[in-house]
Amino acid sequence: MKATLHRREVARILLQDRGDLLVVAGLGSTAWDVTAAGDSPLSFPLWGAMGNAAMFGLGLALAQPGRRVLVLTGDGEMLMGLGSLATIGVQRPRNLAVVVIDNEHYGETGMQRTHTAAGADLAKVAQGCGIRNAKLVRSKGQLALLRKAIHHGAGPLFAQVKVIAEKIPLVLPPRDGSLLKARFRKALLGEGADLD
Amino acid sequence: MKAKATRWPEELHRTLKAAGVRQVGYVPDAGHQRLIELCLADRALRAVVLSTEEEGIGLAAGAWLGGERAALLMQSSGVGNCINALGSVRECRFPLLMLVTMRGQVGEFNPWQVPMGQATRAVLEAMGVVVREANEAEAIVPAVDAAARLAFGSYQAVAVLISQAVIGIKSFQEQAAR
Repeated sequence: MKATLHRREVARILLQDRGDLLVVAGLGSTAWDVTAAGDSPLSFPLWGAMGNAAMFGLGLALAQPGRRVLVLTGDGEMLMGLGSLATIGVQRPRNLAVVVIDNEHYGETGMQRTHTAAGADLAKVAQGCGIRNAKLVRSKGQLALLRKAIHHGAGPLFAQVKVIAEKIPLVLPPRDGSLLKARFRKALLGEGADLD
Repeated sequence: MKAKATRWPEELHRTLKAAGVRQVGYVPDAGHQRLIELCLADRALRAVVLSTEEEGIGLAAGAWLGGERAALLMQSSGVGNCINALGSVRECRFPLLMLVTMRGQVGEFNPWQVPMGQATRAVLEAMGVVVREANEAEAIVPAVDAAARLAFGSYQAVAVLISQAVIGIKSFQEQAAR
């Protein structure tokens, strides 16, 4: 089945009226997607640590049980950290959603095919790891339901969103790691975040 | 002296709590067995079993973004699994507290543990982690206490290497019997 969704539109819809949602964006295209939807101090785009986005989300979700946390990452990034789905499946935080924007390619390195192009089913992996609410998303209708679940549903939640493999202009977030960390903590924890 | 030496996991548990640690990520190791049990039994701590040590780096970084302190427990072999992830700790200046039980040192019975065990300090230092060694039981708690202050007070990545001499496993049979 051919994908019909565009990745930038997926990010835009999921992050529309994001309120106090905390966002971790995985290395590469998903970090640009999240930035294109509107940069925010409450977005933490990863410029490295490939395979670790979901775990950043888990640590954050456990630390902030009263806030919703969305990890938005790519298929290549998720494939590098599949074990983290098993780790999330043990902890089962109700406030965590992991959404993979799956274009079946490594977008930043020459559009080589990933394992999902050969059929690796990440939603099934997540389900097998104990994340019961794990879905494959292909349509705009499903996307609207996914947005609702991210903001209001019971987690942990996993979704693999199939998108068109397309080369689109980069929209880059700041890349200074210390700055990204400091602005996130200040926006979430207040001015006194680093004074204790 | 002997009794005190065998109670270091209990003291370490108290030290971590006093340092404000709320999340403890771990990949099981025989040397950390008692401390892991204490953390799992403590409702004020979230003990997170990891499928690989690298996950712990993300967990600790995410915890800090959310205003919580984390500690990681692992064996020296696991340090090798953390290398690239440690790059994000250095770039973002995340505090990090790692308690590493050493293998591959004096008395090692498994030759496959030796290469990573011997390289542990060099690997950590190459990635910008401050390394302290605890070569006897009495040195562990003060070393971790100081490491926690350096990590969370000065935003440093700090590892305490707990010597194999302290843990004292000498054979596969002994390890299996624990």
